[in-house]
Amino acid sequence: MNRYTEQRIFAFLARASAALILAVLAIVVGVTIYRGGRVFLTDPAVVITPPGSRYMLDGGGGFLHAVLGSLFIVVPATIVAMILSLSTAVYLQSDYSSERTSDVINMFLNVLWGTPPIVYGVFVLTIIIAVGAQTSLIFGVIAIAIFQYPIMTRYADEALRSAPDAVKEASYGLGATRFETAKVTIRAALPGVIAGIIMGFARGIGDAATVLFTAGRSTQMPGGPFDPATTLPILIFEQAASFNAEVRSHAYAASFVLIVAVLALIVASKLLAGRYARFTPGGRQ
Amino acid sequence: MAPTTDNGRNAETNRPDRLGRRLVIERLSSYWILGAGLFAIALFGLIVLTLVQQSIPIVSEHSLLEMLTSTNWDPAQEEFGFMPAIVGTIYVTVLSMAMGTPIAILAAIYIAEYAEGRMKVIVSSFIDVLAAIPSVIFGLVGLIVVVPFVGDYLAPALGTHSIGLGIVTVSLVMAIIVTPFMISLSVESLEALPDELREASLGVGATKWETIRSVLLRAAGPGIFSAILLGFGRVFGATIVPAMLIGGQTAIPESPFDAGETLPSLIVNDFGELMSIPLTQSALILVGLLLLVIVWLFNFGAMLIRRRLQRRWQY
Repeated sequence: MNRYTEQRIFAFLARASAALILAVLAIVVGVTIYRGGRVFLTDPAVVITPPGSRYMLDGGGGFLHAVLGSLFIVVPATIVAMILSLSTAVYLQSDYSSERTSDVINMFLNVLWGTPPIVYGVFVLTIIIAVGAQTSLIFGVIAIAIFQYPIMTRYADEALRSAPDAVKEASYGLGATRFETAKVTIRAALPGVIAGIIMGFARGIGDAATVLFTAGRSTQMPGGPFDPATTLPILIFEQAASFNAEVRSHAYAASFVLIVAVLALIVASKLLAGRYARFTPGGRQ
Repeated sequence: MAPTTDNGRNAETNRPDRLGRRLVIERLSSYWILGAGLFAIALFGLIVLTLVQQSIPIVSEHSLLEMLTSTNWDPAQEEFGFMPAIVGTIYVTVLSMAMGTPIAILAAIYIAEYAEGRMKVIVSSFIDVLAAIPSVIFGLVGLIVVVPFVGDYLAPALGTHSIGLGIVTVSLVMAIIVTPFMISLSVESLEALPDELREASLGVGATKWETIRSVLLRAAGPGIFSAILLGFGRVFGATIVPAMLIGGQTAIPESPFDAGETLPSLIVNDFGELMSIPLTQSALILVGLLLLVIVWLFNFGAMLIRRRLQRRWQY
């Protein structure tokens, strides 16, 4: 084969693959928005209506319980994971640890990062059984926080690493302690840190495998931290193949809500990252 | 002139105090940050220990080898053969990686080498979006779109029969999920290459494609390779999509169009029976442990191969 023909063929293939992926994205988002949006727009109240007493059978009421459950589980989990992951990321910088220890910890973080979410779910469930508790909202929070921790640590670590050294040097030069310097560095890396937190939130709100066995799959409004709760992904998972068309349509509407939320979070993370860029030395003027 | 009376004295007496407080904060925060650093290791250790401890009951009743090779999964009869789920997992992983990898590499080449300006920004941010969509939504779209496609068109076109739910369906959807993930990692390592490599290769008369094939793919090889292995880990541990689309049948699948079960979907589908038979619980926790160990091996292998390739394909 002529080398120029080969070149043309592969250039075409590369373009075609990229086009294929965009087409798939369009199909996925399009189908979700079309099927879910139709249900949602004909009856937007399903999002703010509590479920009826025989919800799984006749789809009476709405899925406010899953919307609230998602928020009550993912917001506290994100806060916990944020505090932990920021501290870990600070530790991984050279101020607190030697290069060797941070290499070792990075290795463990990579393993955690690649661990299937279902393993976290099983892990938290075994703890629930061990302490003799019942599946409930608080364990959903724990499971999601564990799931988010390695993801957010990776983002935070990358962000802190990319902060200019001059910030750190100037801070130490003024006689600041390590903790004070870490605060300044976090501030300098704020766009990346915030983008990472939002991405962690988006991953947490979309994950079903970790909370499937830990949050309790209830079909009632969440009562308190020790009561069973459910989240939007669990609701979609359980109702997507239901025999009742009404119950199934709620899964579509829930997926519409979920995809809109995730897309909004991604846009927000890009916008906020731009907005906070003014804290970055040499960033946006 | 003497220092102004009150203010000056206050500042002087306060200074040691303030420094002391700063040092106390520094001391306390350093414990906290050290703790946070060790938390990663502690969490990993705790997970492994818990899973090992909880899977002891099943391992002491049935031999591990026997369970891994037995084809009979029937918790009610205390038969715990993982073979059907293992075969299903391998089917799904191999099929979806076979579909996803070439497309991911080609698309990464397009983004890193061909796309320019706004097109590049648009394509790569769309791929970020695709990577962030929750897998349960892919599962739902799979039910709406891919299941009828496989059942009504693909299987008849290939002369077989399928109910729509099955290994092929899961593999198609998993290929879609894992591709953007592999693309963004591969693009990163392609873009990290110095321009001198491209210039030198083009300068000695190679075409753009020859440059990509013989120089850039090699130089970025270690990164792309670990992207693929991480993709393997992703597909391997995927739970929600197989549980929704595979059809849940614990027999060894005869063709890829059959319904089956993967290791993670086994956990999801059989957890209902968990509370009634304690041994099932232990068996499913053992499955979780297996997943963890295999993903760990994938990660470790990725690291080793990456180092080796880096030495071999040095530039």
